[in-house]
Formats: sequence, C-alpha cells, structure tokens
Amino acid sequence: MAGSTPVSLSADAPASPQLAVQPRKARSISPALETWRRFRRHTLAVTGAIVLLILVSGVLLGPYVWPVAINDIDFAAKLQGPSLAHPLGTDDLGQDLLARMMYGGRISLAVGFAAMLVALTVGVLVGSVAGMASGWLDAALMWLTDLFLALPTLPLLLLVMYLFRDSMKKVLGVEGGAFVLIVVVIGGLRWMPVARLVRAQFLSLREKEFVEAARALGASKVRQVVQHILPNALGPVIVVGTIDVAAAIIFESTLSFLGLGFPSDVPTWGSMLRDAKDYLDIAAHWALFPGGAIFLTVLAINFIGDGLRDAFDPRRVL
Amino acid sequence: MADTLLDIRGLKTWFKVEDGMVRAVDGVDLHIDRGETVGVVGESGCGKTVTARSVLKLIDMPPGRFEAGQILWQGRDLIPLDQGEMNKIRAREIAIIFQEPMTSLNPVYTVGDQIAEVIALHQKLSPKQAMAGAAEMLRLVNIPNPQKRVHDYPHQFSGGMRQRVMIAMALSCQPKLLIADEPTTALDVTIQAQILELMHEMKDKFGMAIMLITHAMGVVAETCQRVTVMYAGKVVEEAPVEALFADPRHPYTQGLIRSIPRIDRAVSRQARLESIQGTVPSLLNPPAGCRFAARCKYAMDICTQGIPPLKEVAPGHRVACVL
Ligand SMILES: Nc1ncnc2c1ncn2[C@@H]1O[C@H](COP(=O)(O)OP(=O)(O)OP(=O)(O)O)[C@@H](O)[C@H]1O
Ligand code: SF4
Ligand SMILES: [Mg+2]
Repeated sequence: MAGSTPVSLSADAPASPQLAVQPRKARSISPALETWRRFRRHTLAVTGAIVLLILVSGVLLGPYVWPVAINDIDFAAKLQGPSLAHPLGTDDLGQDLLARMMYGGRISLAVGFAAMLVALTVGVLVGSVAGMASGWLDAALMWLTDLFLALPTLPLLLLVMYLFRDSMKKVLGVEGGAFVLIVVVIGGLRWMPVARLVRAQFLSLREKEFVEAARALGASKVRQVVQHILPNALGPVIVVGTIDVAAAIIFESTLSFLGLGFPSDVPTWGSMLRDAKDYLDIAAHWALFPGGAIFLTVLAINFIGDGLRDAFDPRRVL
Repeated sequence: MADTLLDIRGLKTWFKVEDGMVRAVDGVDLHIDRGETVGVVGESGCGKTVTARSVLKLIDMPPGRFEAGQILWQGRDLIPLDQGEMNKIRAREIAIIFQEPMTSLNPVYTVGDQIAEVIALHQKLSPKQAMAGAAEMLRLVNIPNPQKRVHDYPHQFSGGMRQRVMIAMALSCQPKLLIADEPTTALDVTIQAQILELMHEMKDKFGMAIMLITHAMGVVAETCQRVTVMYAGKVVEEAPVEALFADPRHPYTQGLIRSIPRIDRAVSRQARLESIQGTVPSLLNPPAGCRFAARCKYAMDICTQGIPPLKEVAPGHRVACVL
C-alpha cells in the first residue's frame, strides 16, 4: 500500500534497468545538446552560422594578421581598387580599407548584438509582466508600449543624441559613450514589437492545459512562467531577435550616415558606406565591401534565427 | 472506515460576470474517506469541474469567489490558505488529472523531464534520482520501455499513453487523493477501460482515494463505492453505489439511470433510450426552490417554495427532494 514509494524503489535498485538504456545512449542527452543536434540539420542555418563565424573571427583576429593602421593616410594611393598592398583597396585619404573594415566590423557587430539584447530583455520583461498580470498593470504597460510605438523615431533619436552625447562622452570616453548611447537608443526603440509579441503569446499560453496542470501539481507562478510559458513563447521571439540584430546594424549605419553615430574618424560599416557614397562612380569597391558585409551579416543572422526557432520546437521533425 | 480525508461543507463558488453572479457551485456537501472511490455525476455545466478545482484552489479569482463553506482537508480548512501553502498540498496530498490528455503536457519538454519536475518540486532529490523516479513511474503506469520513453516528447505518445503519463505525473508524489476530472472522455472506449483499470491498480498500490468525475453512469457502477449526484450547482443525491442503482430516490437520478443504454432492455422490450426532457436552468438567476422542478414530472407547489435540504433516507443515502 502506501509504503511502496516508487522513487526510492528505483533509487535503491538502479542497476538492472540501467542496462536497457545503453544501446540508445544517444537519446539521453541534455536538452541543449538535443537542440544543437537539431540545429545542425538545418542547412541554411548552419551556412549562416559559418558565415557569421567567419565574419566575427575575421574582425576579431584579422587585425593581428593584417596589422595595418586604420588611419595611415597616403594620398599617393587614394581611391585605389584592390591590390596586393591593399587587398580591399583604399579610400579618398588612401587609408587601407581592409583594416578599416575589420575595425568597423567590430563596432557594427557589437552594436547589433548589444542592441538586440537590450530590445529582447526589455521586450520580454514588459511583455511577460503584461501577459501575466491582467487589469490595470497590463493596460498601463500596453499603453506605454503604444506610446513608444507612436513616437517618431528619427527626430527622437536626434534629440536624445544631442542631449546626452556630451555628458556620455565625459563618463565613458568618446567611443564608449557613443556605443552605449547608440545601443540604448536602438534597443529602446525596438523593444515594443517584442513586448507585444510576448504578451500575445502569454495570453494564449497561460490558458493552456499544461500550464494549468503544472499549477495543479504545485508549480509556483514564477515557475509556471519561466519553465512552462516562456520556452513555448521563445520561437517567434528568437526570430524577432535576429531581425533586430540586422536592424540595429543598419540603424547604426543610418546614424553614422547622418553623422550622429561614432566620431567621424572612427570607422564603422555604416560610416564607411556614408563616406563612400560620393565616390560611387570612381571607387565602387569602397561602398561594395561594407555594404556586402552588412548584407551578409543580416542574411546569416536571419537564417540562424530560422534554424534556432525550428531547433527549439521538438514537434518539428528535423 | 470513517477516516475522512476531504470534507466539503456548504461550498459556494460563484463567478462574477457582467450580468450578475453565476452560482456555479451553490452549497455542495461532499466527503471522501481514506482509500475510497467516490463518483461525482451530473450533466454538463452542473458544477463538477468547478467543485474539483475549488478543492485545489485552482479557481481564478476574480472572477471566481468562495462565497461560503469550508473545504476541510484532514480537518484543516483550505479556503484561507494562500497559493504558496496550497503548493505544498498540491501533488503531495491532492493531485488532479484533467480531461484533455493531448494538451496537458508541455510540448517542449520530454515526459521524463516533466514527471521529474513534479518529483523534484516536492522532494529533495538530485536530478538523476528524480529522473529515475520518472522512469519508475512510467513503468508503474504500464508504459513499455520506460527507460527509453522518458526521453521522448509528448507528441510521440498517443492520447491514451499521454493520459497514462498524466497519471504517472499526478501520482509521482503519492497523493492521498486523486481527483480525476473526466479522465477518459477524450479517449476511445477500449482505452477508457484501460485507463480506469490503471487508476484502480494505482489506487490499490498507493492506497489513495479517488474522486471520479464523469458523465458515464456505467463507469460509476463499475468503479465507485459511493456516488454524489449533482444538479445545477447542488448535490441532489448521495448514496452508496448499490443503493443508488437499486433505489434511486431523486427524480433526476432516476432519469439519469434510465438513460443508461442497456442491451437487455432494448432487446427484450424494444424500449427506446429515455432522456430527461428540458434543459438545465440558468445558474445566473436560479429558480427559487428545487432547481429540478421545471423538468420534474412529480413537481408540486411546495417544490418551488423552498430549496429542499438533503435528508437521510437510509444509512449513507441522502436525497434533496420533498418526496
Ligand atoms: N470562469 C468562469 N466564469 C464564469 N462562469 C464560469 C466560469 N467557470 C465556470 N463557470 C460556469 O460554471 C458552471 C459549471 O461549470 P463546470 O465546468 O463546473 O461544469 P461541469 O459540471 O464540469 O460540466 P462538464 O460536464 O461539461 O465538464 C457553468 O455554467 C459555467 O458556465
Ligand atoms: S423537490 Fe419536487 S421538483 Fe424537486 S425533484 Fe423533488 S419532486 Fe421534483
Ligand atoms: Mg467539467
């Protein structure tokens, strides 16, 4: 009767059933490994991951292989196409484009990922609190979200930049200040779709029977959210997140284009594109490389997002 | 054996809606002793699920509200407890399984993870021990190859198997009471029988009590010791199962029993299956007096004047009818 506890039963004698599990050892792996196994089967996503890996290691390790200064001015060699001395050519000041691409790539990629993290963190937080709390809190948070959505992006951005650029510069230095400001501004302007998405997911998921079952078996509210609702809401959020990385890189380009991003002597992919625009007819390579890099990054990240979404959903046969 | 586990006294669970109060459960008395199986029957919408969920305090408040009554669990009233205190009772003392096995498991975790989660939530065990416990539970509910199946996802199981997994999950902490809310309604007939048999196997093994909510009088006759018949948010009859089938006193119960399909009767007398005429009254503004009056062929004037209380007509057999 009540004396036979199934848990201690198997804990006492684990030897015999353990044998049966050996042949299918591969199945008893952690969820993270399982997800990785499934991700690997997604050809496009793996291609995207490899491309991104090459880009990231290129901008991180490249400068050690190609130790050319980014601001070595050489008017004798200005606006040259690719050559052995300058594999990606030079700009109007004769500066080496390969070195500038690598340096600028660090900034652009860092901005992209950091801004995505900000947008996702704020969005998931706001969305899940709104989705779980009904009543005034939900209404207030959604009102805030709509307010942010209604704000005109560019004028607001200009305003924020003008207001805070100098004070941030004092605290974090020129580049650090610009980085934080850009990330916060981009992240702060892109969390709303995430929040709405997460809230909508929560509204439908919290009524699901398995959440109810978890509650009935003693799961606290926090556990219901973290363990049961959030993982099921993650798929679309990941996709939005990857799109956000791409959008942030492009947004940074826009800012640089307007001269509101990093100081003009600091190259980013966006600012290089801006500088190149006046020489499109005589030095197309100058615009081609940063443009191509942004394009490749964005595409790679979107494929990775697709793959991640599929890999996280066990119902999808991969 | 008069060792009472659960004693619901005069429970009223109401829901506030735009047009007023839905009196979903309106004065229910129900008790369950240690180790017994109690059937709760009644037609759709009579408040069976709300009663069951009230016991575990799974009613959303608002709109729900406990208007009156007590839910005594081994003598202790559950109504004043907060959710944190209830979480110590859920699964460990009282567990519930729902009607929908297809959607009651989280699609993104393996069934082993989900059972192990419940075990780890209530007992101090390492993840490995909890997982071993999960496999053991799967074995107990007769899932073939449990050591492998713990690593499978819910979509890899059939409906009947998922309900077995739900039972494994609910029983993983050996509760004293299992509430089964129409556990077999969504399954086909042969699987239904297997699940019911499994529940009783488990009951014998763990010595727990079962509150079996169902529409099927046939199931009640086969599996329960006592039956509580509900109608429109109230208990209308309560009796040991033999007494109820041999001598149903309430006109509603009589109607329910007559509506059971029976091969012998149909063949010998060519009688058509009887159904109870009319529909359940609105719980929003329930009629004064006996709620069955509009459909009762014995209804008299006094029936609509006051609500007939439950009266004992034989030992353990109580009826709420003026007759
Ligand atoms: N959240 C709610 N808000 C308003 N009314 C509710 C709510 N939950 C349940 N009710 C009402 O309570 C009444 C009883 O519902 P309940 O689910 O307990 O019926 P049931 O006996 O379980 O029926 P079934 O056999 O169909 O499962 C119904 O009339 C329903 O409309
Ligand atoms: S009290 Fe009256 S109306 Fe109600 S069941 Fe009995 S006879 Fe019928
Ligand atoms: Mg129900």
